[in-house]
Parts: sequence; structure tokens; C-alpha cells
Amino acid sequence: MSDAILSTDALTKKFGAITACNDVSINLIPGEVHAIIGPNGAGKSTLIAQICGSLKPTSGTVEFLGQDVTGLSARERSRNGLGRTFQISALVLEDTVLQNAMLGVLGTTGNPWKFFRPILKDKQLRQSAEDCLSQVGLSEYLQKRTAELSHGQRRQLEIGMALTLSPKAFIMDEPMAGLGYEGSMQLTEILRELKKQAPILLVEHDMDAVFSLADRVSVLVNGKVITTGTVDEIRNDRAVREAYLGQDA
Amino acid sequence: MIRERYVNLCLLLLLVAVPLWAHFSDEPFTITLMTRVVIYALAAVGLNIALGLGGLVSLGHAIFFGLGGYAMGILAFHAQTYTPISEWPFLLNGTKSMPIIWLVAIVVSAAAGLIVGALSLRTTGVYFIMITLAFAQMFFYFSISWSNYGGEDGLSIYLRNDFPGLNTLDPIQFYSICFALLVVALLFTSLLMHSAFGLALNAARQSVERVETVGLDATRLKLVAFVLSGMLTGLAGALFADLNRFVSPSMFSWQLSGEIMVFVIIGGVGRLFGPVVGAIVFVLLEHWLGGISDYWHVYFGMLLLCIVLFSRGGLIGMICGRKEVNV
Amino acid sequence: MSYALVAEQILNGLQFGVMLFLMSAGLTLIFGVMGLINLAHGSLYMVGAFAAAAVAGLTGSFLLALLAALMAAAIAGALVELIVIRRLYDKDHLDQVLATFALILIFSEGTRWIFGSFPLYLDIPDYLSGPVGLPGGIQYPLYRIALIVVGLLIAIGLGVVISRTRIGIQIRAGENDREMIAALGVDISRLYTLVFAVGAALAGLAGALVGAIQSVQVGMGEPVLILAFVVIVIGGIGSIKGALIGSLLVGLVETLGGIFLPQIFKLVMDASAATSVGSSLSSMAIYILMGGVLIWRPTGLFGAR
Repeated sequence: MSDAILSTDALTKKFGAITACNDVSINLIPGEVHAIIGPNGAGKSTLIAQICGSLKPTSGTVEFLGQDVTGLSARERSRNGLGRTFQISALVLEDTVLQNAMLGVLGTTGNPWKFFRPILKDKQLRQSAEDCLSQVGLSEYLQKRTAELSHGQRRQLEIGMALTLSPKAFIMDEPMAGLGYEGSMQLTEILRELKKQAPILLVEHDMDAVFSLADRVSVLVNGKVITTGTVDEIRNDRAVREAYLGQDA
Repeated sequence: MIRERYVNLCLLLLLVAVPLWAHFSDEPFTITLMTRVVIYALAAVGLNIALGLGGLVSLGHAIFFGLGGYAMGILAFHAQTYTPISEWPFLLNGTKSMPIIWLVAIVVSAAAGLIVGALSLRTTGVYFIMITLAFAQMFFYFSISWSNYGGEDGLSIYLRNDFPGLNTLDPIQFYSICFALLVVALLFTSLLMHSAFGLALNAARQSVERVETVGLDATRLKLVAFVLSGMLTGLAGALFADLNRFVSPSMFSWQLSGEIMVFVIIGGVGRLFGPVVGAIVFVLLEHWLGGISDYWHVYFGMLLLCIVLFSRGGLIGMICGRKEVNV
Repeated sequence: MSYALVAEQILNGLQFGVMLFLMSAGLTLIFGVMGLINLAHGSLYMVGAFAAAAVAGLTGSFLLALLAALMAAAIAGALVELIVIRRLYDKDHLDQVLATFALILIFSEGTRWIFGSFPLYLDIPDYLSGPVGLPGGIQYPLYRIALIVVGLLIAIGLGVVISRTRIGIQIRAGENDREMIAALGVDISRLYTLVFAVGAALAGLAGALVGAIQSVQVGMGEPVLILAFVVIVIGGIGSIKGALIGSLLVGLVETLGGIFLPQIFKLVMDASAATSVGSSLSSMAIYILMGGVLIWRPTGLFGAR
């Protein structure tokens, strides 16, 4: 598909004898939430890591905004507008929420080589950081130390950080992990708004969230995509049921 | 808990009041002692940028201290013997002018910081510690084997170098120069902490993954911090050599690297005035314990052990509590 | 340059390297297993040398002196581990550096307190003194040959222990996964004390053996410690094989560089300048080697990843 923002072509990753990711070709088109589901150990994290550039594929390519980015580092892909959130929050815990967001803005639009000017005096930078935080519902917590945030708030900040990149696509690794019912509902609403800005590749275990958000779902089993389809198609797919039931039984 | 800024203010007042008192009650030895405090503090303020802000456990900062010392030694040596440093490709003479010496010390330290930092930052953690220590040892042995400038015996400079408009041989005037430079360095560090660079570096210390994800180069941030850090420590080295009117390979020694690190840690890692507190405490202990026993290092070692095992955040941390977030 | 000179310098380099190995083996194991950077390892080297010199002075027996060095360093190591080091495993490297730096101060000044500032001398026993003829008409000190043999035997022994025995398996498991080894039911704190004491004993032995060809004095350990760090950076943390190869490399480069670099420079410049430039450069040679390894392989020749 030529209008895809992000696509992988025959992506394969081998760790010794184990093939963690086997010939995966998926894509992300504008305006959609594309969910990747699959049982534990199906290779979702390996796939994400290759897409984001923290893991080199054994073979295959990753294309982002029409450019082959397989050879680029994670940092360069971020700079190009690939907004990633981590399964385990990677936040600067000693800093405030606002400082974290400002770091994000600094990375994309700002210049980190300013040694004398207090960064909090940079109105423009601060404004964009605050805008991102308000989109994820953290406006009240600007001055709070990140270490003191609740788990759910950290997840929100994690997404807020990705927003500061003005991303062309989001890659989210289990954003709902560890959230209660309330928390997931709240985050689901935030994501529903976000997908208007940029499409989301969503790896998620929370099936309620996936089924309410996703436009397309791909099912990954043993490193292979066994099927891709709409929520309804996936719900009724026998292979998917077997994969899950087989795993759970 | 007392606010950190009041503590800092008190420390500054102390550094002004004690030497003034010593000056008027004719106690030049006290002024010299305080000059050492201030110079050590400057060296440690430098290390604090790498260690406290960048999280780089450098056990090789004697490199810069020594380079600063030898920058002074070599320039002044050629000036006092009226021999050129080199005649080719152009004539280069020594100098007795402090500002020029400082500039050379800073530039040389920056260059060394760039090379040593770039190599050492290829690794992290315990490798980084061992490598910086090893490179310092390289400079140590090099200075011993370089017989043109005294080798193992070091270089003596007969007269303290000049500063326009001041009599540098007067203890209080030389102290004032050192103190002013310390204040400038503290101001610089304070600005750095709150700047865009400081924010990014602080984040790079805590989460390289995060910094890389927002599109910044964590290694480059740390390298710049290492270079800036080395420049300040190098300046301190030049002042230290001028204080003693002597340089020797011992300025490159691993003990010195360890001591500079001790200053930072006793006072409080990453705290603006931590290095100042550390230097004051160290010099005072050295003075007092040294008066009690020739083997004062034993007591000092035990004290250090207790600090590591039982306290967190150094003295500033004990007085002021956890570091405030910069809002 | 004669064949005899070259051969002699190579043997000197080997001897130096083998002694470095005794230091680095302990350091690299302690780091690999416990994740601890121990600056005070050089103090244990010194403790061994002083214990040997003291016992040799009292009894006149070199073997008893070596035994004393082993025992004293092992006991000092075990005590230090029990009292201080085990509180540092969970702390960050900065605390470890500071605490073990404090230990150096205590050990060094304590030793000066007991033995004074003057160097002690440890004599090579009669049955190991004098030169021995080697093939090719080279005369070489028997004692140094003995050092090379002892060092290589210990290297082989350590290799066998690590790869073949139960303890070795536990050590290797500990390097890979600290939690797993606890789950296997190994008494981890005993294992740690043991590894630390063995590392200390090796350092103490090296101190005593080298003490007989140099003088025994306060501060003798730290330069060797720093060279051992260079060895570990080159060889890779946690690898005994890396420690051995690294030690021999550093030993050879340090020794041969000091002799041959000035000679080489004499070919292109006058004698005094050559000596000065050559010896300056040779003092940097091993660090340049280290820098090269870092550029090529940041985690060392045999390091993980």
C-alpha cells in the first residue's frame, strides 16, 4: 500500500535457533489504530523493538514516511517523527512532569546546546510542553515530581512525551498495562482523540480496549502474523480462537 | 530543613569573612589554608558537572588538574629562564601573565577532555571508572618520564605569576583572585543546571533510553559535560600550581583524582555548593587530624567509610534534605 | 640488538604479565560475580608482601613467607568482605569507589603505622637465586623463571576450577544471573566471601612474589592495581581468559616498549633525544593499546556482548 505511513516488509529476527519474528509484513495507514495482539512470547516486543530501531532485524526492512529507515538508529527514527511509548515507563523520575515534557520538546524542536538561558524562561518551549500535557490530562500536575505520580499518570505522561515529538505515527507498547478498569477507560478516550493526529500502532493485552479502539487487528503467533482484519473478522476467526485457547488451556 | 540557598549564602559569607578576619589579625597561614579550600572547591565544582549532573564517575580528573598545573609550570618556566617554548614553526615564548596561563590551561584541558572523554564514553559504568583512572595514570607516568620539565622532581617557579593591577604575592590578593574564579564557576554551574543543556544532561544521567527516544544524543551530551568539567578542574590546577609555585607529577596522581571525588561526595553529589562544603571539610580535617596524628588518613578513611555506609546525599543533603526540583 | 636481549626482554615481559594476571584474575572475578569495583585490591597485594617480608624476617623461610602472604591476604580479604564490602553490593559504583578508596587510606596508613615508612626487603631463597642457562646460550634468573611457572600453573588451575568444578559452575552462574543462583539454593553470601578471599589470596601471593625482586613498601599496590584495570579493560570484565591474555599483552608491551622504543628512535634522531622521546612514549604504550581496544571492542577482547 503506497499511502502507508509506516510499513514493514518481511521483517525477520532470529536469536540463535529461535525465530522471534518471522517474515512480518504489516503497515499503518493514516487515521487508523492498528492493534497487534497475540499470546505472551508471540514476538510483539521484538517486532516493536525492530520498528523503533532498538533491535536490528536479521532480514527485512522498515519503511517510514516513504523512506527506508532500517539502517537508522532509534534516535534518528524519533527525530523523523516516530513517537514511541514504552511498556515499562522510561521517564526521568527525579524531574517534574513539566520538565519531562520539555525534554521531549527540546529533542525535536529545541536546541539542547544552550548553556546559560534558564529553560523555564523559554516561553515557546514551555507552551508546547504544556499543550502536550493537557492533551493527556496532566495539566494539574505540571510541577509534580514524576516519581510521585500514580501508575496511570505515568502512562499518560509516557504518551504525552511521545506527543512532544509531533509524531507522524505512534508506536505504543502496552499502554494499558497495569491500569485498572477506570484507568483503561480514561486512556482509551485519550487514544481515541490522538488517532486523529497520527495513526497508532498499538500492542495491547487489554482486549476491551483493543476491540473498542482498533480499526484493524493483526494477530501475531510464534513470531508470525496469522491474520489481519477488522475487529469483527478477528472476533470470529477460528485460527485466532485456537491460538488463544490453545495457549490458555 | 533549611533551604539550600540560605546554606549556600552562609558558605559564601564564610569564604569572605574568614580570610578577611585572618588578613586583619595577621594570620597569613589561615589565608593560605583558605586559598587551598577555594582551589580544591573549584576543582571539585568542575568534577561535579561530570559526576553530579552527567552521572559520569570519573576517577581521572587529576588529568585536568595536572594539565592545568603543567600549563602554568611550563609557561612560567620558559618565562623565568628566558627560553622560548618552541622556535618553529613560529616563535613561542613563555609568560608570567595569569590570564593567559588560565586560558592555556582551559584550552589544553578541553582538548584532553575531548579525547579522553570520547574514548571513555564508548563504555559505561565500571569500565568508565577504570578507563578514566588508567588514562590519568598515563599522564602521571608521562610527566615522570618527560625530563625536559623536571621529570619526577617537578618544576619550581620562583615568583608567583602576575595579574594586571594586583600584587599576587600578597596572600589576600591571591586569595581574592581564586575566590572570584570560584564564584564565576559556581555561577556558571548554576546557569548550566537550569539551562536546556542541563535539563537534557540531567535526563541523560537518569534514563539514556528516554533521551534517545526524544531524539537527543545522550553520549554527546555527556561528552560535552565531561569537557566542560575538565576545563574548570584544569583552571583549578593552574591556580594550585601558582599557590605552591611548584608543579610535579603528583598533580596527576590517582590519589588526587580520588580526593577531588571525595570532596564532591562529602558535600553532596550534584548539589551546587556540595564541592565547596567537601573542600572545606577535607582541608579542615587534614589540618586538625594531621595535628593529632601523623597517620590521620586512617581516621579520615574510617570517616569516609561511615559516610558511604550510613549517609545519603552528603552533608548538604543532610542539612537541606533532598534536592529541590528546579521549578 | 642481540637475540639474547630480545629473548630476555620477552621473558621479563612474560614474568611481569603473569604477576599482573594474579592481580587481575581476582579483580575480574570479583567484578564478574559480585558486580563490585574494588580499588582496595592493591592493598591486599601490599598486605601479602608485608606479611611475607615480616615472616621471612622472623623465620628465614621463603616458603613460610609465601604461606603467610596467602593466609594474611585471604584473611584480610575475608574480613573486609564481611565487614564492609558486603554492604556495598546493592550500592552504586560511586559508593563502591568511595568506600574502597577509604579502605586504601586505612590499609596504607595502617601499614605505615605498623611497619614505618622505610621499605622492607624480601630475599630470594638460595635454591632459587642465580641465573640458569636456557637454550640459545641465554642466562636468565632462576627466580623469574619460577615466577612464570607458578603464575602459569595458577592460571591453568583457575581455568580448570572455573570450567570443571561445582564452585566454578556456581561462579559462572553468578556472573550470568544473580537471582538464578540464589534460586538454585546456593548460599550466595558464602560464595561471595569465598571468591573475595581467593581473589585476595592471589593478590597477596603476587605481592609477596614480586616483593622479592622489588622492595616492599606502602603504596606498592596501587600502580599494579591500575595496570590490572588496564588488563581488565583489554580482556573484558569477568573473563579469566581475557585476564590472562590481557595481562600477557600488557606485560609484554610495557617491558618491550621501555627497552625497544628508545632504540627505534635512535635510528632517526640523536641518542639523548631518542631516549627521552622513546621513554616518554613507552610510558604511554599500554594506554594507547587500551585506547585501541576500546575503539575496536568497547567491552574488551573477551567481554560479554
